[in-house]
Amino acid sequence: MSELTLAQSLNGALATALESDDRVVLLGEDIGRTGGVFRITDGLRDKYGEDRVFDTPVAESGIVGAAFGMAIAGMRPVAELQFLGFSYPAYDQIINHVARIRNRSNHRFTAPLVIRVPFGGGIGAAEHHSESTEAIYAHIPGLKVVVPSTPSDARGLLLAAIEDPDPVLFLEPIRLYRAVKEDVPELYYTTEIGPLRVEREGHDITLVSWGAMMKETRAAASRLEESGASVEVLDIRTLSPIDAEGIVRSATKTGRVVVVHEAPRTAGMGAEVAAIVQEQALYSLRAPVRRVTGWDTVFPLKRSEGHYLPAVDRIVRVAQETLEA
Amino acid sequence: MLTLISPDGTVGDRLPITLEEMRRLYADMVEARTYDHKCMAMQRQGRLATYAPFEGQEAAQIGAAAALRSDDWVAATYRDAALMWRAGYPWSLLIAGRTGDERGGQAPDGVNVLPPSITVGGHMIHAVGLAWAEALNDSDRVALTSFGDGATSEGDFHEAMNFAAVFGTPTVFLCQNNGFAISYPRAEQTRSESIAMKAEGYGMPGVLVDGNDVAAVFEVVSTAVTRARSGDGPTLIEAVTYRLGPHTTADDPSRYREEDEAVEWREKDPLERVRLLLERAGGWTPEWQADLETRASDVIEEAVATAEALPQPTAEEMLLRMYEQPTSPIETQLGEIGS
Repeated sequence: MSELTLAQSLNGALATALESDDRVVLLGEDIGRTGGVFRITDGLRDKYGEDRVFDTPVAESGIVGAAFGMAIAGMRPVAELQFLGFSYPAYDQIINHVARIRNRSNHRFTAPLVIRVPFGGGIGAAEHHSESTEAIYAHIPGLKVVVPSTPSDARGLLLAAIEDPDPVLFLEPIRLYRAVKEDVPELYYTTEIGPLRVEREGHDITLVSWGAMMKETRAAASRLEESGASVEVLDIRTLSPIDAEGIVRSATKTGRVVVVHEAPRTAGMGAEVAAIVQEQALYSLRAPVRRVTGWDTVFPLKRSEGHYLPAVDRIVRVAQETLEA
Repeated sequence: MLTLISPDGTVGDRLPITLEEMRRLYADMVEARTYDHKCMAMQRQGRLATYAPFEGQEAAQIGAAAALRSDDWVAATYRDAALMWRAGYPWSLLIAGRTGDERGGQAPDGVNVLPPSITVGGHMIHAVGLAWAEALNDSDRVALTSFGDGATSEGDFHEAMNFAAVFGTPTVFLCQNNGFAISYPRAEQTRSESIAMKAEGYGMPGVLVDGNDVAAVFEVVSTAVTRARSGDGPTLIEAVTYRLGPHTTADDPSRYREEDEAVEWREKDPLERVRLLLERAGGWTPEWQADLETRASDVIEEAVATAEALPQPTAEEMLLRMYEQPTSPIETQLGEIGS
């Protein structure tokens, strides 16, 4: 057990995967010599060799397409794309090939690859570097979409994703890479893809979130508890397949649900959560399901980030309105 | 451009294969053309969904596939049924796919042929990844990807060619330049004099071959395969051929090309030149031809029967094809679809 940041935990999980499974190879832009733009693969090429960790040309479609071919041929490639906003050149490969090969070959060929992508804003990055368009991918059948928010989940979910017989888009919250620390077991363990994590139990209201917004959601929960509310906090952590049962269980218990996400509101995953709740827990609800989200705008540049990202105050205000409804 | 058998059936100084092998390739081309004609007819009868005919391209496809080993990888397109079949994919599954059945995409175990790519150009990089994996695993399998001239305009062509060259993957790129990207003529698609010459920019050999000459295609693909198998990297081959039919059954080529052009290309027919060669060498008789056609027809009819005998796919199968184990949303929907 050692205290690790989310970034260190991911690095350790990749090392463990390379160590324990010969089929695992890593490929992506700048992941070898420099350890990737966020240093998640730092030191891995030196340790595991140039035939396990590949720097590639700047070509996202090529990276995913090549990883896809490798996966069909029996390997377990882990591809890195530098930012979610740079995943779009690979969109065709992900949607038309990676997510479909099992279906179009009737299980004869499969693509057990992992596509790791740092995502989300809040670090004052350049345009296209702060995207939170996870809903686009969660909409795609055949793909799994995973978002860890803690160092121990990062390790367990990444090892689970690499083991998974189906393709996994693994979204890493940039803002949390070095903002959270936790004791992480060094052994090989997996965290099941699918079930959400109940981070905090409560009975008055459920706050639902994932990824970087867990930080604000957690802070909002603490503030609400100071004023006497009992708050349940759910970390969805798998956006596809989403844990409808877990969401409904909590909604049924508290009767009040607020979803928090960084992505734009319209057709975001908050809508999915709200739909699940109203389909299966409507009669337990004491208030409408509310969404605290990014606005329906392009993710803004540095000076406007504060206008965009759901702040603790905004979450607390909506939660209080929900508690009083 | 390499030609070994001229349209009039005369041969230069050499042939890479024996007369008996030539007869086998000819028989394969006859069988492929029989399949193509049958599928066109079936589509007109409403028994197949849209069909993309390959008539005129038999030599490029049969010659290329004949140069592969049975365990090599193939990533080809919707127009490559002859190539896929010669690489081990059964006619019945190719037909099943065209009837609109996902089970048609399931190559038999041991046949390393991916389901045909329907999007244009996205599959070339797959042959890079497949070949790369084989090289990393110290296997000497190679991967061949087939695509049309139209696909070389896609950005994915660039990425695939570049990755293959950079990582030295054992990949063979076979471009069947059949003259058109649906209606857009080759001359307008690129200012390059040839597609083969683009290879130079990637640092790999580019080879121009008469795509209607089965012996020449066999020879250049064999060379590329040997090169790949020995660890010397990828090759781009441009097989110059012509799509005698429409792009698909939904297309009318008279809107974008002169009938004279197709007539001219019929004179360079890939089957006829081999027939003339064989006849001259005493390897062809009208009786053998009749026998070949009867056998081909029987084989294709049987494949049609097999494909059409597949039971109606169930709704559950549709949902269960998405993941190895059904996910919780799929489980829920299985409950709904069954009720």
